[in-house]
Amino acid sequence: MLKIENLHVEIDGREVLKGIDLEINEGETFILFGPNGSGKTSLLMTLMGFSGYEVTKGSIFFNGKDITHAPTYERARLGIGMSFQRPPTIHGLRTRHLVQMCAREREVDVDEMARKVNFDHFLERDINAGFSGGEIKRSELLQLMAQNPRLVLFDEPESGVDLENMQLVGKVARSILDGDVQPRADLSMKEQKAQKRRTSGLIITHTGYILDYVNADRGQVLYNGHLCCEARPRDILEHIQEYGYQECVKCLN
Amino acid sequence: MHDVDLKQFKFQGQEHEAIPGLTALEKADQEQLLMAGVVSDETNRSASYLQMDHSAVHCRSHNEDVEIMDIKDALKKYDGLKDYFWTLVDKDKDDYTRSAAENLHGGYFIRVKAGAKVEQPIQSCLMLKAEQVGQNVHNIVIIEEGAEAHVITGCSVAHGTNAGAHLGISEFFVEKNASLTFTMVHNWGDHVAVRPRSAGIVKEGGKFLSNYVLLKPVQDLQMYPSIRMVGEDSVARFNSVIVAPEGSYLDMGNRVTMEAPNTRCEIIARTISTGGTIINRGHIGGHAMPAKGHLECQGLILGNGRIHAIPELDGSLEGVELSHEASVGKIAQEEIEYLMARGLDEDEATSTIVRGFLNTDIMGLPEVLTRAIDKQIEELQASGAM
Repeated sequence: MLKIENLHVEIDGREVLKGIDLEINEGETFILFGPNGSGKTSLLMTLMGFSGYEVTKGSIFFNGKDITHAPTYERARLGIGMSFQRPPTIHGLRTRHLVQMCAREREVDVDEMARKVNFDHFLERDINAGFSGGEIKRSELLQLMAQNPRLVLFDEPESGVDLENMQLVGKVARSILDGDVQPRADLSMKEQKAQKRRTSGLIITHTGYILDYVNADRGQVLYNGHLCCEARPRDILEHIQEYGYQECVKCLN
Repeated sequence: MHDVDLKQFKFQGQEHEAIPGLTALEKADQEQLLMAGVVSDETNRSASYLQMDHSAVHCRSHNEDVEIMDIKDALKKYDGLKDYFWTLVDKDKDDYTRSAAENLHGGYFIRVKAGAKVEQPIQSCLMLKAEQVGQNVHNIVIIEEGAEAHVITGCSVAHGTNAGAHLGISEFFVEKNASLTFTMVHNWGDHVAVRPRSAGIVKEGGKFLSNYVLLKPVQDLQMYPSIRMVGEDSVARFNSVIVAPEGSYLDMGNRVTMEAPNTRCEIIARTISTGGTIINRGHIGGHAMPAKGHLECQGLILGNGRIHAIPELDGSLEGVELSHEASVGKIAQEEIEYLMARGLDEDEATSTIVRGFLNTDIMGLPEVLTRAIDKQIEELQASGAM
């Protein structure tokens, strides 16, 4: 689904990603660990194609298509969706309107989707205007639900979120990744799952709280612009909690 | 400040016959009025007034609590309106006030009776029909104690009229516990000069909400309505949405002074220049306490143009709280990219942000007016101006 080859990225002439190779398969959820400033957010921003992140070497493929230099909207339309950490406020743009636009031509029930993230009372508010940390997350998830992407880029789902919201954010993130399957009379849940296409995920986490909710398949540490230490996400988390990122330094040298 | 040479315009002899109703106007002119928020079907309006060049051609109230008439008739009926006429605006302020004082063509007198809650808006229209006409009007609005009303004033050129001068004096009186929402929409032309001179007074517990919309070209417009909040617990709020295309020169703003305790005011102006010049003034004075005022001048330059924001705060004693936010810039790249990450291309993202910037939801306008504003924004965007 997503294939990154020898990706080098510079911001203002300073190299922040130094040869990243990464492949995420269809339906796979990949967890990215790493200390502050290691390049995690830069990787997500580069995948989305934002200005200021200059790819100096390497390629990004999405479903076989080279998107290394594709404009952001094209990547979004191909099926890459991103949850922002600090999205901008846009005056006069109602949340409802933006959610509708995220769906493009598809029919969506904005109210119904908003209820799922407990956000129906915010639909008439300007997008991100005075939203708290938890509200931003719920708004971002709502937009992603409408967008229905094939690959979700999720930058720190737990940041700025209280415990109660964390549960909601975690569950919704899971339903976006795995599909929302409910018991039905005509079809077993197993059959439903088999029919449903699964969404891939690339999730940045510091605390690992999100691992309590989503089914993480693989994980890796990004350290100083290099990827290292591929392992099961829970094992990485436990290791970091005990030893910090010291070992990564050894590993890379 | 730009001067307008009044000698260029015809201030004599442009009288018109009375018409039975706004539907008697040519279709194209009705369309022009609609763009200024004035509907020709008067059934959804409490009262209507139409000034065409030098004549009040139509005036009718559908609500017994709303008195509406030609100012000339009101001056006769109320013995010169001594407590109101020229009490807030100085007759000798400039050439334009003097012109209106010496050669009055008309204007509306609106009085909403004490205690009346008038639900349907009252509409008035000041129209320039003849080419190169100069119009002097004087308007008086009185909202008596405890009354509530929404006055929509549409100022417009007739279909096909290019040049003219509009000089308009307006004096607003919001009495104790009264509430006035005053919405003005300008739909002038490329060669029209406009000099409104407006002032208002808000008494105890009174509310003055003013909305201003200008999305069409106008050659030269200068106005600076000035409101005094003299009563305790009074509230004033000004919202403006302004676009200046190439060729427009706008020098405009609001001045509010809070002269009684527990007063609150807010001035918010959103301006876009697509080639024109906008001087965006704002002044809040806090001269009693507690008083709270906030001023916002937000400007976007799209392409060429000039926006000069001049926010002023004047507090003269401890306990007043005044603040302002001003900006002149372009659309934030971050906002464009946020929307692009949702699948909007750059043009879609830009036009969505501009529409949001010009959003008038906060004004609480009738739907037909909101639609007219949306249509004008659509036309502006379709023309590639923004």
